[in-house]
Amino acid sequence: MANLAAVVGIGQTKYMTRRLDVSIAGLVREAAVNALQDADLTWDDIDAVILGKAPDMFEGVIMPEAYLTDALGCNGKPMLRVHTAGSVGGSTALVAASHVQSGMFKRVLTVSFEKQSESNAMWALSNPQPFSTHLNAGAGGYFAPIIREYMRRSNAPYDVGIKVAVKDRLHGARNPLAHLQKPDITMQEVEESFMLWDPIRFLEACPSSDGACAMIIANEELADKASKKPAWIRGVAMRSEPTMYAGRDEVNPQAGRDCAADVYKQAGITNPRKDLDCAEVYVPFSWYEPMWLENLGFAPEGEGWKLTMEGATSLDEGGDIPWNCSGGVLSSNAIGASGMIRFAEAARQVRGDAGAHQVEGAKLALGHAYGGGAQFYAMWVVGSEKP
Amino acid sequence: MKEIAIVGFQQSNSVSDAGAVNEVEMIMPVLSRIFQQVGINNAQDVGFVCSGSCDYLQGAAFAFVAGVDALGAVPPIKESHVEMDAAWALYESILKIRMGHADSALIYGFGKSSPGELPIVMSQQLDPYYLAPLWVDSISLAALQARLMLDQGLITERDMAEVVSQSRRNAMNNPHAQLAGDVAPDDVLAQEMYLSPLRKADICPVSDGASAMIIATVEKAKEWGLPYAIISGIDHCIETHNLGMRDLTDSVSTRTAAKRAGMGAGPVEVAELYAPFSHQEIILSRALGLGDETLINPSGGVLAGNLMMASGLSRIGEVFNRIVSGEVQRGIAHATSGPCLQHNLVTVLEKA
Repeated sequence: MANLAAVVGIGQTKYMTRRLDVSIAGLVREAAVNALQDADLTWDDIDAVILGKAPDMFEGVIMPEAYLTDALGCNGKPMLRVHTAGSVGGSTALVAASHVQSGMFKRVLTVSFEKQSESNAMWALSNPQPFSTHLNAGAGGYFAPIIREYMRRSNAPYDVGIKVAVKDRLHGARNPLAHLQKPDITMQEVEESFMLWDPIRFLEACPSSDGACAMIIANEELADKASKKPAWIRGVAMRSEPTMYAGRDEVNPQAGRDCAADVYKQAGITNPRKDLDCAEVYVPFSWYEPMWLENLGFAPEGEGWKLTMEGATSLDEGGDIPWNCSGGVLSSNAIGASGMIRFAEAARQVRGDAGAHQVEGAKLALGHAYGGGAQFYAMWVVGSEKP
Repeated sequence: MKEIAIVGFQQSNSVSDAGAVNEVEMIMPVLSRIFQQVGINNAQDVGFVCSGSCDYLQGAAFAFVAGVDALGAVPPIKESHVEMDAAWALYESILKIRMGHADSALIYGFGKSSPGELPIVMSQQLDPYYLAPLWVDSISLAALQARLMLDQGLITERDMAEVVSQSRRNAMNNPHAQLAGDVAPDDVLAQEMYLSPLRKADICPVSDGASAMIIATVEKAKEWGLPYAIISGIDHCIETHNLGMRDLTDSVSTRTAAKRAGMGAGPVEVAELYAPFSHQEIILSRALGLGDETLINPSGGVLAGNLMMASGLSRIGEVFNRIVSGEVQRGIAHATSGPCLQHNLVTVLEKA
């Protein structure tokens, strides 16, 4: 049985297209300092640092933990660098938690980041490789056909994605850290935005952001004494499957279903829609909300879009299971940090510390991240009560 | 805290150019050998999988993704990856077992360094604003470090040549070694200077290959009925990235990690040190206070072949092999990352 662990501090930067005022080191330090302040702690209170980011080729810094140790106050301490594709922010939080859950550490800092203004993700993701199909299309081009298959299977109306795009931007308008601030966005505006990768329109895709997210995770003894209400980690799970194999269901991947079942079991969740108060789920392209609603067991297969259209996932429509109250990846996408932001925002909800996007009385929340060709998954469930 | 047992280790030959063999093809034979060694079918039979690799060696984002294809990850598995030497993947796996979420783990690391210009590639590991634009390659930085030691009278060129000579001779007993032979210190000193004060022989070769390890709880190791060695301690420590702000002639972080890992609690019969340059073996053995009672790098170390992203794990595997064969009862393994020994990991292994 794992030792208890809890999130005792959360720090984020404002997400935006270009943070020209800071270096990469300055960016991660800003998030880390915010987390330390949130927890009322200093650098000396941290036993290890766990760093996550998406591919090194994005910013062109190989194994950047070597360079970032000074900015993150890690000299003389252990530092670990996690990289698991787009799920990396979530995986990094889980690896950080395992430092405490193993009993080997009392309190650790975890940070993830992306500085997309100093990188070219499209280029890095489209590098031709020998003996492999050259997509030259980035992530959207990869996922668009999978979305079209979902639409075919589920007979969902064409505007489900448009609805998600609007809903998450309205959520984002409540969150001052969100990159896109579009409080007046309409269905028509999204529908009229240009088509990027059919059926994904410009406003149905995530932005490119600079930003960093940090959390401090502590053991039971220290969390009990924390300055602010901790978010107790109630379940953690990771799953991976190959990019391609005969019979792989790319619309509703087995790895995602298995990962959810694992994390729900640990947290004692039998009906996620009922038992959870909210969820922060990695939705970089609008249609992934209905797809993940099914994959994560919030709706039967083929019916996820109905929850979206009913407003069940909308804070503004008083939905019973709000998804991505922070605005989600559709409002801010600092790639390497995006998964950790989901995990941190879930923790903010159960700490009752989510400001204008708070779900009233949230006690149990899911944080979710996925990556690669929707083959890598990381999830946690956090709660306001100690298990 | 749960005791961790190493039950299997396999490594490929260290070769200067694996040719058209891709990363998956490099990993596959090592994995099939380790599954055979432990008597399991594939990654489905362990509780967790963690790998170490570097995208920049392959020149592709998400290079490790292809590695998953070598695992038989259907149905899906619990799997993670560090953009570090696989010794740190071992570290993550130990956390996973100690928290009770796995009873065993497969760890592997791989690197195909031959297609690129490795020393230049590694220059992009430096501070991206102040150092990387200078394209200072890893050999030049190590040469500066060696020069500091020579100028301060801490070593002589003959000391360095003796390290090389010992490595080449030890490697004669290592079937996986890339460079081995009965080389005398004078033979090394007779070589021309490559990048003063380093001769080519002072520098580890560029190598392609992979290695893999399986660890488990002691209960699981007994259930498998396999000979095993205990990891009695493992710790790691990073130092400042600013080369001018640390004493390059010492390795404080190695000493700290060794202390925290409990190295001093017993005799060190064997030490496998990840020293890519001859003078760094001297820095490390001095930092650890190793004397004549310790056999250093009996495999030849990485001067005999350096599998990027796997050599740190291989050091641990080499000590494991010597313990299960009954040669020694206790030893340590060291792994390093970053320029001039910036980040160091020390593992203490003991006979079960």
